[in-house]
Amino acid sequence: MKYMEPEMVRNKMRFRVQLNKIFQVCFFLATIFGLIVLAVLIVRVLNQGLSYLNMNFLTGKLSTNPDQAGIMGAILGTFWLMAVVVPITTILGVGTAIYNELYAKKGRMQSVIQTNIANLAGVPSIVYGILGMTIFARALNFGSVVLAGGLTMSLLVLPIVIVASQEAIRSVPQHLAEASYGIGATKWQTVKNIILPASLPGILTGSILALSRAIGETAPLVVLGIPALLIPFPSGIFDRFTVLPMQIYYWTIDASLVEEYAYLASATIIVLLVLLFMLNSTAIIIRNKFQQRY
Amino acid sequence: MHSVISVKALNKKIVTSSEKSQQESLIENPIVFETDDLNLWYSDTQALKNIQLPIYEKNVTAIIGPSGCGKSTYLKTLNRMVELVPGVQTSGTIKYRGKNILDKSFKVEELRTQVGMVFQKPNPFPKSIYDNIAYGPKIHGIRNKKILDEIVEQSLRGAYIWDEVKDRLKQNAYGLSGGQQQRLCIARCLAIEPDVILMDEPTSALDPKSTLKVEELIQELKKEYSIVIVTHNMQQAARISDYTAFMLNGELVEFTDTNTLFSMPKDKRTEDYITGRFG
Ligand SMILES: Nc1ncnc2c1ncn2[C@@H]1O[C@H](COP(=O)(O)OP(=O)(O)O)[C@@H](O)[C@H]1O
Ligand SMILES: [Mg+2]
Repeated sequence: MKYMEPEMVRNKMRFRVQLNKIFQVCFFLATIFGLIVLAVLIVRVLNQGLSYLNMNFLTGKLSTNPDQAGIMGAILGTFWLMAVVVPITTILGVGTAIYNELYAKKGRMQSVIQTNIANLAGVPSIVYGILGMTIFARALNFGSVVLAGGLTMSLLVLPIVIVASQEAIRSVPQHLAEASYGIGATKWQTVKNIILPASLPGILTGSILALSRAIGETAPLVVLGIPALLIPFPSGIFDRFTVLPMQIYYWTIDASLVEEYAYLASATIIVLLVLLFMLNSTAIIIRNKFQQRY
Repeated sequence: MHSVISVKALNKKIVTSSEKSQQESLIENPIVFETDDLNLWYSDTQALKNIQLPIYEKNVTAIIGPSGCGKSTYLKTLNRMVELVPGVQTSGTIKYRGKNILDKSFKVEELRTQVGMVFQKPNPFPKSIYDNIAYGPKIHGIRNKKILDEIVEQSLRGAYIWDEVKDRLKQNAYGLSGGQQQRLCIARCLAIEPDVILMDEPTSALDPKSTLKVEELIQELKKEYSIVIVTHNMQQAARISDYTAFMLNGELVEFTDTNTLFSMPKDKRTEDYITGRFG
């Protein structure tokens, strides 16, 4: 056999190597494009907002006067919202994931449920807003309070938590569970002592990322009817409230009336970004710190 | 009970070494597990066919045969671990000390407390050496720290690993070598004071030196426990077992005492296998 003629191979070589270079550049450009757009946005926001970002702004009450306006109410509202979303999504989400992965009989029914959970993660958030308004605000007569908003947001991010938790549980090696069953442990003992501890980092990471989604969402709350100018601070889950992204939204659409509102919106975006950045960093730290080898 | 077995064994043409020695050993050794007409399906494929096999108390029973013949599957039916695979179906009976464990009313947790298992790949928990051993007793309700300490020491001594780990009980078990991990898993199994120990190719992931240690350990353990070991290593079966079962394509071809099986197999297929003509 003598097909690999050195002459032919040498001739093609140049072209192959060049094609490789071209693709390398293409992929690099694709990466850089997203980064540049992001950088432009951040620079713009910092430019506009940084000068308004001071202690008075962070701790003050809301006001129509741009020089006196503060976002403490929105910050507190965001934290109250988290206080509802976190326990509800972790309990329901992790519970559902455990049931689906470990208890449910694999079959038609289970795969229908599974597909639906995955689909729910793709439902537009405004639809959850309508659902929340209909059920929590109107039918249950909560009104536009923290509890109604929190329950709505919980529904919105629940599929994310479920899917992430299921993946975390599934990635626990089967041989660990077998070792536990093999010495007579019940399913619950195995779940509690072996599977949950091993999947906790994945579950926490997923939950935190879901939480940052809940903090940034606006559309469902618009539907729920969050007031544009809410002066008193919320102090419980039955209080009316506003959150950071709502405030950004209202100030941005009102910027045509008062120009400074645009700067206030930018300053609020900075606060929200810092909050989200902290949450995501926590997720990464947890993932790296608790990552186990099996 | 004994006569039933031997009659059935003849009917099924399970060749016994010589009927007399078989009868003798039956009298000497009580039966722990008595498998009768066991069939098992993974969804549509049948993995075990009409298995008929006694396991004798305080003896080592080796199961040999080519890869995929159903050795692991059979072993896993003895502690019903096989049920973890979705779509598994069984028929027939496996009596453990007289009670049919395939009966759905038989509590599987109870069975697995009596019948411990050591797996092919060492599978310690991602916990400390101490917690690996204490896990079993804790699961079964022992809380007293003193008693747990005692169990941990005794189990580790029983698995000949105490001297190697006694100064690092609080360290993660993943820091141990593969051979040490496997002996740790054996110790974990001893901690629940089982009656029978099932081992699925326990040395196939180990180096020769660790293998030797585990084999010596098995010789010690059989004084107190009944052991069923799957191995694809015929020399190992010949070295450590008292009885050997040869399986092929889901069927039990031949079962008898180890010496007879390796020196004068009755079935042509057994002979072909042990002389290395296939498998
Ligand atoms: N979880 C499973 N699902 C479906 N088929 C399986 C499963 N485990 C084993 N089998 C099949 O059952 C047969 C016996 O397997 P196994 O008991 O693992 O053999 P051995 O341990 O002798 O190598 C093989 O044909 C294998 O493909
Ligand atoms: Mg096997």
